[in-house]
Amino acid sequence: MNIFLLLPIVIPFLTAIFSLLLWNRWQWQRWLSVIGATLLLAAASELLVIVWRDGIQAAQVGNWPAPYGITLVADLFSATLAVLTGLIGLVVAVYSLANIDDQRAQFGYYPLLHILLMGLSGAFLTGDLFNLFVWFEVLLIASFVLLALGGEPAQVQGAIKYVTLNLMASALFLAAVGILYGLVGTLNMADLARQFRTSAPPGLVTTLGILFLVAFGIKAAVVPLHFWLPSSYHTPPAPVSAIFAGLLTKVGVYALIRVFTLLFIQDIGYTHSIILIIAGLTMTVGILGAIAQNEFRRILSFNLVSHIGYIIMGLGLFTPVALAGAIFYLIHDIIVKTNLFMIGGSIQRLQGTGKLRKLGGLYVAYPSLALPFLIAAFSLAGVPPLSGFWPKLALLQAGLEMRQYAIVIIALAVSLLTLLSMMRIWQEVFLKDRPDDSEVKIASPLSASQWTASLLPILILVAITVIIGLAAEPVFKLSMLTAEQLLDPTDYIQTVLNN
Amino acid sequence: METVLAFVVGGLYAAGLFLMMRRSIVKLIIGLSLLGHAANLLIFTMGRLTREYPAIIPHDSNQLTGPFADPLPQALILTAIVIGFGVQAFAVVLIKRVYQTLGTDDIDRMRTPDYESN
Repeated sequence: MNIFLLLPIVIPFLTAIFSLLLWNRWQWQRWLSVIGATLLLAAASELLVIVWRDGIQAAQVGNWPAPYGITLVADLFSATLAVLTGLIGLVVAVYSLANIDDQRAQFGYYPLLHILLMGLSGAFLTGDLFNLFVWFEVLLIASFVLLALGGEPAQVQGAIKYVTLNLMASALFLAAVGILYGLVGTLNMADLARQFRTSAPPGLVTTLGILFLVAFGIKAAVVPLHFWLPSSYHTPPAPVSAIFAGLLTKVGVYALIRVFTLLFIQDIGYTHSIILIIAGLTMTVGILGAIAQNEFRRILSFNLVSHIGYIIMGLGLFTPVALAGAIFYLIHDIIVKTNLFMIGGSIQRLQGTGKLRKLGGLYVAYPSLALPFLIAAFSLAGVPPLSGFWPKLALLQAGLEMRQYAIVIIALAVSLLTLLSMMRIWQEVFLKDRPDDSEVKIASPLSASQWTASLLPILILVAITVIIGLAAEPVFKLSMLTAEQLLDPTDYIQTVLNN
Repeated sequence: METVLAFVVGGLYAAGLFLMMRRSIVKLIIGLSLLGHAANLLIFTMGRLTREYPAIIPHDSNQLTGPFADPLPQALILTAIVIGFGVQAFAVVLIKRVYQTLGTDDIDRMRTPDYESN
């Protein structure tokens, strides 16, 4: 058994436990959190290196052989996302040093953050559908509390919607898992894939696929199941909404890509057409919502919905290049969205409001926030040579190859509208003069160390965005190999079942 | 027995969804837990309903023979019940907090995050 398969789950778990032990010394929790997240990133990176070098890794937890026990599997897709979990965990932990107030730190912010990271790593690394449900619940309960922690009126109202819709998705997921078990008699994903490929799959499988599509679709916030996201993601403090934006919807997308490449490929013409239509709707509705909004983080929330559409589009097209584009886009989107939410949160903190009408003049006041915003915004819109351009190019190419012209046109138009919505923020928040009637109360000014802790993570993510853009080749190669692994799961099945 | 349980599961889903569409947050939470119970019962039914044949391998054999109910779905349900218990406990505290903060249990009045206040 490879220890690096377990570490991404164990490290955040231990960090959370030690944070709980330090309940009364909550100042120490802040640094413990940074250390824990660094270790997580290191362990996940080592896992990715191992998977890259030696192929797919599998471990049977509890030593029960494969279809009976719980399997942990790391292929390139899982390992890449585990690395991103570590990265985002680390930048958010650093960002939290300055942007989580003492009250929230005293009431368990840090243990919850690491439970969330544990849930994410677990969901990415598990090879068993019921275990995936359990990890979903772990990360959901942590996210529920993180979202509501602080108990401000907007927060608890957002939390009600978030909790309701996500619990409904969990109930659907659980029902789908139950029916699947009744039909096939196993929940190990590799075993399911093997049975579906060797014998004729039972008739209900496509129906079940749609049930999974709805359950994961709610979690991924695809239109028309997205309503909970824009009404909750802008309510918690900046670090919380940054990690939510970066990783929480992406775990739904991960699950969608996983089950619709590994399990439900019996009737691609039907299921993947539906996915493609959903992708188009998600892009369009999301971006139109973003343009209609007048508050920084609300615009970002709708953009978040919109850009899930691109990733789903790659899944719907279902060619190697399209899937590679989707995976590249996933990597890019996690980094850029987290960054934008941190920038938005910092501005709200500095100016006491996120409303575009009341903001202004920040280009002069805070050039160190303006420039990162501009780079992240251009990257989001897909301006070359930043990180958003290459995956979009791959997706469009794949769309043209598949003669799906409608989705290509939508993707192009949504790119332009994304640029428009980002430039609206740029114009209103940074360029425009500060309005005179702005009765903004400026929160306590940041000390030098707080300023560093806020700015450092933003700059790190901007640097990654630029580097990915300029040196896209290795990332694209990784995405391409990942896509090939996903489309041909022979290795995956072999590794899990013969382990 | 399966037929009866099928109707029970369907009824639970219907009742759960109906309650979730009410405006009171208390009913919303009750509806959510009914959905969870419906899913659990569904899994229970999927594991075959066989009475009086425990899934125990007899001494003189090394595999299960004869009719038996699959124990694995029951283990899954146990896990799901525990998780559901935790989540519902949180949800109950949350609605209490919502009521304390806003002074209303009407979901239609919880729109602050959706609209921009000026």
